[in-house]
Amino acid sequence: MAVRAEPVALWPGLVAAVLVAATMLAALTAVALRAETQLGLAPQDWSAIRFTVVQAALSALFSVALAIPVARALARRSFAGRGVLITLLGAPFILPVIVAVLGLLAVFGRGGWLNAALGVFGLPPLGIYGLHGVVLAHVFFNLPLATRLILQGWQEIPAERFRLAAQLAASSRDVHRLLERPMLLRTAPGVLALVFAICLTSFAVALTLGGGPKATTIELAIYQAFRFDFDLGRATLLSLVQIALTLGAATLALGVSGQAGFGAGLGRVVQRWDAQGAVRKALDAALILLAALFLLTPLAAITASGLQGLAHLPSSVSKACFVSAVVACLSTLVLLALALPIAFAAAKVPLVEHVGLLGLAVSPLVLGAGLFLVINPIASPAGLALPVTALVNALMALPFALRILIPKAREEVRLHARLAATLNMGAGQFFRLILLPRLRPQIGFAAGLAAALSMGDLGVIALFADPETATLPLQIYRLMAAYRMEAAAGAALLLLVMSVGAFWLCDKGGRLAAP
Amino acid sequence: MLRLENARIDNGGFFLDADLTVEPGQRVAVIGPSGAGKSTLLGAIAGFYPLTRGRILWGDSDITYAAPGKRPVAMLFQDGNLFPHLTVAQNAGLGIRSDLRLDAKQKARVDEALARVGLHDLGDRKPAELSGGQQSRAALARVLLQDRPLLLLDEPFAALGPALKAEMLDLVATLATETGAALLMVSHDPTDARRIARQVILVTDGHAAPPAETKALFANPPKALREYLG
Repeated sequence: MAVRAEPVALWPGLVAAVLVAATMLAALTAVALRAETQLGLAPQDWSAIRFTVVQAALSALFSVALAIPVARALARRSFAGRGVLITLLGAPFILPVIVAVLGLLAVFGRGGWLNAALGVFGLPPLGIYGLHGVVLAHVFFNLPLATRLILQGWQEIPAERFRLAAQLAASSRDVHRLLERPMLLRTAPGVLALVFAICLTSFAVALTLGGGPKATTIELAIYQAFRFDFDLGRATLLSLVQIALTLGAATLALGVSGQAGFGAGLGRVVQRWDAQGAVRKALDAALILLAALFLLTPLAAITASGLQGLAHLPSSVSKACFVSAVVACLSTLVLLALALPIAFAAAKVPLVEHVGLLGLAVSPLVLGAGLFLVINPIASPAGLALPVTALVNALMALPFALRILIPKAREEVRLHARLAATLNMGAGQFFRLILLPRLRPQIGFAAGLAAALSMGDLGVIALFADPETATLPLQIYRLMAAYRMEAAAGAALLLLVMSVGAFWLCDKGGRLAAP
Repeated sequence: MLRLENARIDNGGFFLDADLTVEPGQRVAVIGPSGAGKSTLLGAIAGFYPLTRGRILWGDSDITYAAPGKRPVAMLFQDGNLFPHLTVAQNAGLGIRSDLRLDAKQKARVDEALARVGLHDLGDRKPAELSGGQQSRAALARVLLQDRPLLLLDEPFAALGPALKAEMLDLVATLATETGAALLMVSHDPTDARRIARQVILVTDGHAAPPAETKALFANPPKALREYLG
């Protein structure tokens, strides 16, 4: 139905979208202009490219291969705590990478729980640094995501199909061939591509668990070229390679995957008549238990060692806490200032939505490097470390925020635009009286994600900061690098509480007064 | 007086022709088969669909290009007549000022209007806490406060039961008589038309006929109406 007068102003969204695109383009142009392409790639650059692709491919493969049986078990079993577990599968999204790494070190590291157990049986200890450590951390982060997406595929199979299959006396194997395999063939490639794309831009994991000539990602190589050699020509050349790779992977992921939702409607269990045997039930239970243990043990470990470490916190940590809180607040405000107008404009002109995708196509370190080049001639990059970090964090959170806000904004405009028009409501009034109150839960959720992502981010800040400035994640990394693991664990526990707390506050705030 | 002069309405590629006049204070039912263009006619008068030719006049002034909120029109839609997050009093208050900055005097007028439609003590409730009939009354309170000389009803009571629907239509008729507003209502049900409308606009095959007296029309229906009534 063609509504002529819609009470939504287009221009604030267009201005925001142009600002986002201009920032990205300025950074990319600065990189492209500076890159010394005639230098060519050195052998260590080629090895970084190779490692980046190999670790991303392995991470995607393991995440999806493990997610399929776990998702199947979750799809066909109902048990107490299923809802909590599915919610927890969404948690790694707001879990700071450095916290997870410390948790994984506490379980799988040299002095960790696993090696202690191996030692009891007289087995040699396992190392966690290098390719397998990087892949392990990536699987830790992406197995839950892959499980949720594949579980969604399972739940989109209509219950009637399972009923029909039961009517035909189909065995578990028949059901798999008839219903599940076609669904997996449709879903799994998209999830593989998505996880691959996410792992391509891995920085913090490679920084902490990788390193050295054998385990350096391109993002890490960019950072090293910047920080250790101040070789801008090489850093920008690597950035160009990274742009090509990310763009390719993002296009691939968008092409083969549908809309990756935030897990709406994962609550119900379809009644199944196959897979009833005791062995199958036990197998599913074991799978769910193992997956839960894999996800929860590192968190339990970091909590345990963090509680001990709290007593050993140096004063630098409290300062870093404050800095992180300020950066997260700033970043959340920037995000809302960009995302809200863009979302409302996108409710009217769908094309505007795509500006958010730029954040998926450009990696944080490349964006940071570009902004460094733009700022360097005018001001001291170190002086602007915190605002730039807040800005880059906001740009990275933008695609997720838009995905949360746009459907609801569109719905509200569709439902209420005509009535508002007959009441002669202007765009400002419609925004204040209708959109803002109606979108409160979505705004709270988006703000929570942005705050938590920014709070836990270890990326651009490492590129820009001088020794005096640090956000909490960077301070934790510095403590780790100085082998002060107890203090690092304590600070990590603080960071975990701050990230989850920031998310909870915003999300709850949005829901609390929701009409 | 509302006049559609040689008008052709464009509803996204569906066209409706209308050349007709509605007298002030008149009560007119708009009837016809589904898809014939009844809602399109009301939508165009309210300002939601453009004309490709002709014009719409209110008295002497041309309102063809006026924004929906600038027309002498209050409209009730099939659904979505209340904002779910605002209270009943706020929803009604939108009829006075769409920014809801009401002074004490205006708030008193809101209370008065709510009392008039039988919702005295329910001003603080949210629409979801009301019954279907009460929600319709709340929307009517707003229409009362909008105080426009032309009221358009696009089947707002379709979801109500027959008795409740009749009650609402009677209330609408009473209110329209009190305020002197003209009433245009889409209806599927000939009994509705007989009940409160003195005139009928018959819409068939992309053409809206000028208003005809209800009694005369039903006494001696033309071919299109006979086919519709079955």
